[in-house]
Amino acid sequence: MNKKQKKMLTRIIIAFVLIAVLSVLSVDGYLEFALYMIPYLVIGYDILIKAFKGIRNKQVFDENFLMAVATIGAILLKDYKEGTAVMLFYQIGELFQSYAVGKSRRNITELMDIRPDYANIENDGKLEKVDPDEVEIGSIIVVQPGEKVPLDGVIVEGTTTLNTSALTGESLPRSAKPGDEIISGCINMTGVLKIRTTKEFDESTVSKILELIEESSSRKSRSENFISKFARYYTPAVCYGALALAVLPPIVNLVILHNPAMWSQWIYRALTFLVISCPCALVISIPLSFFAGIGGASNAGVLVKGSNYLETLSETKYVVFDKTGTLTKGVFEVAGVHHNTMEQSKILEYAALAESFSSHPISRSLKTAYGKEINQNRVTDVEEISGNGVTAKVDGTPVAVGNVKLMKRIGVEAVECHQVGTVIHVAIDGAYAGHILISDVPKPTSKDAIANLKKNGIKETVMLTGDIDRVAQQVAGELGVDRVYSELLPADKVSKVEELLAKKSEKEKLAFVGDGINDAPVLSRADIGIAMGAMGSDAAIEAADVVLMDDDPMKIVKAIRIAKKCMRIVYENIYFAIGIKVICLILGAVGIANMWVAIFADVGVMVLAVLNAIRTLFVKRL
Amino acid sequence: MKKSYKIEVDCANCANKMEEAAKNTAGVKDASVNFMMLKMKVEFEEGQDPDSVMKEVLKNCKKVEDDCEIYL
Repeated sequence: MNKKQKKMLTRIIIAFVLIAVLSVLSVDGYLEFALYMIPYLVIGYDILIKAFKGIRNKQVFDENFLMAVATIGAILLKDYKEGTAVMLFYQIGELFQSYAVGKSRRNITELMDIRPDYANIENDGKLEKVDPDEVEIGSIIVVQPGEKVPLDGVIVEGTTTLNTSALTGESLPRSAKPGDEIISGCINMTGVLKIRTTKEFDESTVSKILELIEESSSRKSRSENFISKFARYYTPAVCYGALALAVLPPIVNLVILHNPAMWSQWIYRALTFLVISCPCALVISIPLSFFAGIGGASNAGVLVKGSNYLETLSETKYVVFDKTGTLTKGVFEVAGVHHNTMEQSKILEYAALAESFSSHPISRSLKTAYGKEINQNRVTDVEEISGNGVTAKVDGTPVAVGNVKLMKRIGVEAVECHQVGTVIHVAIDGAYAGHILISDVPKPTSKDAIANLKKNGIKETVMLTGDIDRVAQQVAGELGVDRVYSELLPADKVSKVEELLAKKSEKEKLAFVGDGINDAPVLSRADIGIAMGAMGSDAAIEAADVVLMDDDPMKIVKAIRIAKKCMRIVYENIYFAIGIKVICLILGAVGIANMWVAIFADVGVMVLAVLNAIRTLFVKRL
Repeated sequence: MKKSYKIEVDCANCANKMEEAAKNTAGVKDASVNFMMLKMKVEFEEGQDPDSVMKEVLKNCKKVEDDCEIYL
């Protein structure tokens, strides 16, 4: 609690005790009035002052004015206790609200606390702490174990493992070595690193992300706009309603029915109206829900650029994917070894060794698949036949690794592969030993992600790719994607997405998921653009509405679930708060609900709505 | 030109009022108040001096919400 809140708490306690004492004492007349004025002023003086200032500044219909009118009215009707208590409970509600909002504000900013406080610069062998803002591009900074990496750069010295969970939500540490690019916001866990910076602080990943989050709530969702409009009309409407309630029925009584006017009864009911007229519960809980939703999402590695996108995401019915780099890894890996006459690992070993002198991407894939240290001394007589492959002797055994042409050339019959990808045939000692299939493999979670999207209300998944049809069909079949469009140029992707947009109804939203850099036009054309694997890529952060900080397609599912939970809570609060208020207004008008019920309804609804809104923050188990 | 300022305000409705007040200040092209981050982002019109405009913004905000503060 801060100073202001503590002061308020003291006032509340004093007023509460005084009211309790006064309600036991039996005094009446002017003495009672005078005694009740003490707690009333203790608890309400600031409200009265604010109300007065509000009138002077022509800002009449604010909650201070309403509370002032309602309580003064009650006191004039000689309901001293009620008037004072209403003020007391109103202040309790305000205190709770300010405490809860402050607390969740701190919680959420802590979750997103990736801002580095300093950078270490080495000066004459001593480390000096400087503001990251002052570090120029190309400086060498030192990051000790346990410290945050303050600026983007390249590692020049030291190896370590990095904790990227604040950025990606991924708890598995990453290893890093000299030459690797490193982004700010990671936490260095084990070794001392020397980093040559490649960006200024303002351009570094950390600053970009923080800016994005800070700006996110300025893009307001439809429900937020609805609430601020609602609040603008609700309060005046209730006030005029109260006025009508105070004046009309007594006049009707007097003039038409020739009954006693019963002014005090109707004025009391009108005052009850005023107590309910504060829209606090809605006005606070809706932005709080969105803020917590965005905070929770960013903690899970999903950056959402605005609450409007959270809203759109929850209405998504179609998800269109780019293939390479989104559903697949985008790098070529050994996908299988077929028709082998010896053990797979043996063939891979021969092939990797024979190709070990080549810098071709295929040779790299083979080396990765082999996975062990390569002793190039075992390889002799290497001959690279351009456009065909390589022949060499491994441990003295002649090995040929290459395409069908190479096999023909050395007089070996090759077996065709029925799967798509690059096929590397291997002949050992003049005999066919099998072939190795190298292809772009789907990410391990792609299939689950597609299946889970379906479970979460996505009607159709579509894959767009520039790749040839055979490859596209195979990947789509394997992953369970509903529809595929292949052999598309980048411009075709935009027109395909436009076609899909035209077909669906207005309420169903279409999301496009791409890997950012080349998909920028499509990302901005779709209802909602999701960029993935975007860590550090400016283009993606610019173009997309939602950025997934790691490559995992499962995060799309997570993002949609977070959005749905957030929207569910927002609607719960809207219906709940408006519903209770309307019921209380009706009960108040017919005289069933008195001022006590009104103030409890008002404060109670607000407390419940705020507590409900805070629930949005918990997204771990979604 | 855009600038961001730290603010102090107690309730969300008051933050909305501040936003309105800031938007209606001369020299301000657009303004948005982020109640949760307690930040006010102001976009100034061409050729306006942010410091003097912000003084006006603060004055207007004080008018609608006595209890607010903008850290200039």
